[in-house]
Amino acid sequence: MDIVVCVKHVPETAEVEIAVDKSGKSIVTEDLVFDINEWDDYALEEAVLLKEKLGGSIAKILHRAIKDLPFDLILTGAQAGDDGYAQVGVVLAELLGIPHATMVKKVEPVEGLVKINRELEGGLEETVEVELPTLLTIQTGINEPRYVSIMGIRKARAKEINVLGLEDLQLGENEVGESGSWMTVERMFIPPAEKEAEILGGSPDEVTLKIVEILRARGLI
Amino acid sequence: MTELFVLVEHRQGEIRDVTFEMLTKGRELSERTNTDLTAVLLGHNVKDFAKKLGEYAKRVLVVDDARLENFNSEAYQEVLAHLITQRKPTLTLIGHTAFGVDLAPSLATQLSLPLATDCIDLDFEGKRLDVVRQVYGGKVNVKARLRESMSYVVTIRPATFEVQEIEPLGGEIVEIKSPLVEDIKYKRFIEYVQPAVGEVDIASAEVVVGVGRGIKDEENMPIVRELADALGGVLGCSRPIVDKEWLPKDRQVGTSGKTVKPKLYIGVGISGAFQHVTGMKNSDLIIAINKDPKAPIFRVADYGVVDDLFKVVPVLKSKIKEAREE
Repeated sequence: MDIVVCVKHVPETAEVEIAVDKSGKSIVTEDLVFDINEWDDYALEEAVLLKEKLGGSIAKILHRAIKDLPFDLILTGAQAGDDGYAQVGVVLAELLGIPHATMVKKVEPVEGLVKINRELEGGLEETVEVELPTLLTIQTGINEPRYVSIMGIRKARAKEINVLGLEDLQLGENEVGESGSWMTVERMFIPPAEKEAEILGGSPDEVTLKIVEILRARGLI
Repeated sequence: MTELFVLVEHRQGEIRDVTFEMLTKGRELSERTNTDLTAVLLGHNVKDFAKKLGEYAKRVLVVDDARLENFNSEAYQEVLAHLITQRKPTLTLIGHTAFGVDLAPSLATQLSLPLATDCIDLDFEGKRLDVVRQVYGGKVNVKARLRESMSYVVTIRPATFEVQEIEPLGGEIVEIKSPLVEDIKYKRFIEYVQPAVGEVDIASAEVVVGVGRGIKDEENMPIVRELADALGGVLGCSRPIVDKEWLPKDRQVGTSGKTVKPKLYIGVGISGAFQHVTGMKNSDLIIAINKDPKAPIFRVADYGVVDDLFKVVPVLKSKIKEAREE
């Protein structure tokens, strides 16, 4: 089975404070660490697991570049941790004229198709069969992304990386970036608070004492 | 008159809440833009749904077909593309749910319509459509303008718009012949898989300690478990903890897990992405401990502690134990 995985580079923002930059249309990225999008990490691991089971090759490429590659399966993350659109994979499938399934939590290849579980709301899942070739967007938690050894990193460094420009992809300037996009950012801002938590200040000893008082006043301890 | 479409989402015999939330917002938009609010109902044997939806919309379009009984993006896309092409609504609202994300991007691509996903607000300015959405896990909002078009597709974040009790609209029910002619080719719904039932039901607990990514390592889990024990409560968590299998799926609080409404919820090392917040924001008392002062969890919490959880939680546990022993 030949598998293509699409990956995106995003800033790690889960545990850092973010500021909007001067333009008001972007965030300050200088002090942020960039990493592979968390969802894509699970997609890559799933591709490796399938390859180990079935053989074949894995390519890491996005979009126009894919159409001339041999593939049975394209995997992307269900969404990106930065813009959170959750749309790229499905748009790509439609452009390629192949079926898709999103938020996939389990992949089982069967002759000519994949049997998958999609994550729905409230802990519910649905089992769906999709004909190959197909595109699946992978939800986190589907597997345990492996840590790559130093040897593995060395081997990866030696791999040929094919960087394609617009010309290689036969795309015009106006088909990409903001002019090729469905929408234009007007401004970015820190969300207004509907309610603001009362911040308890002080040393750990002091704040925990305040919490105990609050809990006691409410009869919770 | 021109229409504004709201796609009805239903599953296992029930209309999903997001439908009424979209109809509420849709009504406001349709009144302001002088368009008809139309609920689009695809399904099989859904007469009862149509009646109920008529209270919230000017019109209910019903396409009844056995192939539409369970959600299937392939069949839904074909029918919706047909309806949009025929009736040219100014806007089609779809829930940003497991169903909506499987459908909206390919539908918009097929019809070459601008799409905005996971929106928390939207408004027309003349023919232009402006949307508000959240990025970076809810830490930043973006106001964006869509490329001008006669018709737009927008997916709406669930639990964003509050459903208003309104005078029933007495919408007309219009049955449309299914445009599906062939069998569904590429995608087949097989069955629903119910979540496994665990030993602890976090939804019925009076005290829930929720743990998130900030706990960093499985080895650190006893710190929060002991806090939950000291309070006589149970341990819940946000998505990353279940993804890493440090706690079972039935402990997950949020959209894809459980909704809890305890007397006390303490969020530890949880930044508060909306998927999590939706599942706990109605708790009686919310206390959050997080080192990022801008963490979205502080926008739903009653009290917050901006500090390292590893410094605060062990002390809190001891103090609570002492207080209970007194």
